[in-house]
Amino acid sequence: MLPLISAKGEYVVGKTVLRMVDIDKRFPGVHALKSANLEVKEGEVHALLGGNGAGKSTLMKILGAIYQPDGGEIFIDGQPAQLASVRDAQGYGISIIHQELMLFPELSIAENMFIGERPEGYGYINRKEMERRAQAVLDDLGIRLQAGTVVSSLSLAQQQLVEIARALSFNARIIVMDEPTSSLSNKEVEMLFEFIRKLKKNGVAIIYISHKLDELFEISDRITVLRDGETVGTVITKETTEDDLIRMMVGRELSSFYSQAQREISPEVVLEVRGLAKEGVFHDINFQLRKGEILGFTGLVGSGRTEVMEAIFGIRSFDRGEILLRGSRAEIKSPTDAIAAGLALVPEDRKAHGLILKNTVGFNMTITVLKEFIGSFRVDRKAERSILDSYKERLRIVTPSYRQIAAKLSGGNQQKVVLAKWLATKPLVLILDEPTRGIDVGAKAEIYTLMHDLTKQGVSIIMVSSELPEVMAMSDRICVMNEGTISATLAKEEFSEEKIVAYSVRRG
Amino acid sequence: MAGELLKSRSSAFTTFLKKNIAIVSGLVVLCVVLSFASPYFLTKHNIMTLLRQISTNAILTLGMMMCIMIGGIDLSLGSVVALSGTVTAVLITRAGFGIPLAILMGLLSGVVCGLFSGLFVAYIKVPAFVATLAVMNVARGAAYIATNANPVRITVEAFNNLGIGFVAGIPLPVIYTAVLVILVSLFLNKTRMGRYIYAVGGNLEAARYSGINVKAVQITVHVLSGFLAAFAGIVLAARMYSGQPAVASGWELDAVAASVLGGVSLLGGTGSVASAMIGVLIIGVLQNGLNLLNVHSFWQLVVKGIVILIAVTFDMLRSRKAEEN
Repeated sequence: MLPLISAKGEYVVGKTVLRMVDIDKRFPGVHALKSANLEVKEGEVHALLGGNGAGKSTLMKILGAIYQPDGGEIFIDGQPAQLASVRDAQGYGISIIHQELMLFPELSIAENMFIGERPEGYGYINRKEMERRAQAVLDDLGIRLQAGTVVSSLSLAQQQLVEIARALSFNARIIVMDEPTSSLSNKEVEMLFEFIRKLKKNGVAIIYISHKLDELFEISDRITVLRDGETVGTVITKETTEDDLIRMMVGRELSSFYSQAQREISPEVVLEVRGLAKEGVFHDINFQLRKGEILGFTGLVGSGRTEVMEAIFGIRSFDRGEILLRGSRAEIKSPTDAIAAGLALVPEDRKAHGLILKNTVGFNMTITVLKEFIGSFRVDRKAERSILDSYKERLRIVTPSYRQIAAKLSGGNQQKVVLAKWLATKPLVLILDEPTRGIDVGAKAEIYTLMHDLTKQGVSIIMVSSELPEVMAMSDRICVMNEGTISATLAKEEFSEEKIVAYSVRRG
Repeated sequence: MAGELLKSRSSAFTTFLKKNIAIVSGLVVLCVVLSFASPYFLTKHNIMTLLRQISTNAILTLGMMMCIMIGGIDLSLGSVVALSGTVTAVLITRAGFGIPLAILMGLLSGVVCGLFSGLFVAYIKVPAFVATLAVMNVARGAAYIATNANPVRITVEAFNNLGIGFVAGIPLPVIYTAVLVILVSLFLNKTRMGRYIYAVGGNLEAARYSGINVKAVQITVHVLSGFLAAFAGIVLAARMYSGQPAVASGWELDAVAASVLGGVSLLGGTGSVASAMIGVLIIGVLQNGLNLLNVHSFWQLVVKGIVILIAVTFDMLRSRKAEEN
């Protein structure tokens, strides 16, 4: 291996392992990549940044030989590379770690690592030998796991390490990580980063795709920004700022990312929760939400935030406590009751709970308000269209038609469709659970603006979020949750990352 | 500009053809081949016979497709056909019930079967496959018990005419079927419950989070499916002048075949009445044609199986291609 760390411990530029030049790719109706360029060096973490639909995943699928490009060239170690099949890509040492892990949960780490190998002899698998080899790989990488462990018993972060170890056991030299931290806790992210740094030292090139800018600043050496299928540019991370990147991504100035307009909050309490408790899940949940207020809810994953919101919305049951809307007790036993009481919930898991992915955009946008245009055996198409048009315009949903299948929209547009179906119910209280997870910066900014507009119209918002900068910028007050209860409610002037982190790990 | 987003209704037919190109062309080819192979195939008499033959499967398929669309299945359809037919026959001939009341009780027997399946699916969360399998056995057993396992002859002409009669040269069962096809089609497309069925089948959890009463949807679908099967059973009893407890065994699987041929996804959430009816026609035409060509019924089964596999293979290839684009 080349020495890639200087005597001072600094990253030294290695030689170029991968060059993708003027890659062009068309799909029916979409020119996905026009002139995409990417150059990656040995031992570097190279971030790939861009809005949804910018072409990041298409570019990576071309690298993995899942798609064939219509134009352009790929060089590996300076030589033109023929990537005709996934096996070719593997032969060149290219490995893609997908957002959804591709492990077999009921098999052991060792079995997962060698699943693609042909068994020697008469199909007989020497389990001991296999585990020994797998353990050697794990030990070599400093991953403290037993090769015989069943994958389903590992945490997500550990499973990711196994995926990476599997890739390296195929001599991977270029590893693509697609949103690797999207479901990891902060501690797990640290673990992953430490591991990535180790890989760097061994000369592995890592292409890192993420929307989380703070992560990119922490882990990457260089950043290539894509926009509308073209490479906007490549910058050295140390020499750039968040604003620079956002400007490159959206192609325009975002005066301020979080629109900081002053809000007037009326003293009227719209929603009050008293002593809400569910054995073993959450307890002593007390808070008030005022008209036109944004109340942030934060805390570690597993602190019970989502569970509390789902209980308020009638999805989960609770043992004790009461929910008051505009001062009178609301009996909420199902989401139907919650909607009738003026609540709306944009769930955390957009694909599992938010959308009917295989149905159309129009179907999804109106499923909560069918009463407004479907009578007995009669559909008022005009009324339906006017609902669709008004929310499409208001949320700037980009879709070729209302008949487009929801699964085919970008993450940001999918989230807007979920927002549309809930805004259509004209809620008093809008609960947003991780509303900006996995969506691009442009769509994020639009959602923030929308939240401000809604509060101006008197809608009250609960925003559950793990991203501290976001929750601090957007909220008027923040409830910090820890181990199933609210450990602190902070007013705007008390906001600080240190405080929030402190309250989310210890009591009181 | 916004107008372009919702395609006009005039293109609905073209969209339908585009989506169902494989099965529609399959049906056309089948008809062309048969009209050459047998001069009798395209006669009015044969077409009416054909339509009457498929009417039962058409009605059963309407119920089956709704069950499949919510991600389930209804295995009790054949048994419910037998139960409702025998209940009606026994009430008319042995209990002296008037025809309308006897028919009502026959329909009720199907509704009760559907209600049972629906309650177990919705509240106990028993998979529809198992719940309807149980009801299938109970209904068949009840039909045997009610009749002592013997066919019950019906000599009341007014009742039998409901099955063998004609209006303007068209057999009555064909007319009933046409009416039910239109009603179910309107139900799925023009009511809230219709859209909820697509929603529950497409993503049950997302439907629940959207405030849809999922249990009510599941129960409604199973009750409708039981009702439709009972209706088919009564018409069949009238056509056969008897309530027969052993009849319609395994017919639910023909309804599954027709649904699948008609592109109703077994994963739930998609399907259209028109496409499913093309599935019914393919199975019916195939059977009719093979009969005309004197193909032995054992070979007919083999051919039917192969056709189902071919059609589904085409469909899978097409949807995979659509996904890649």
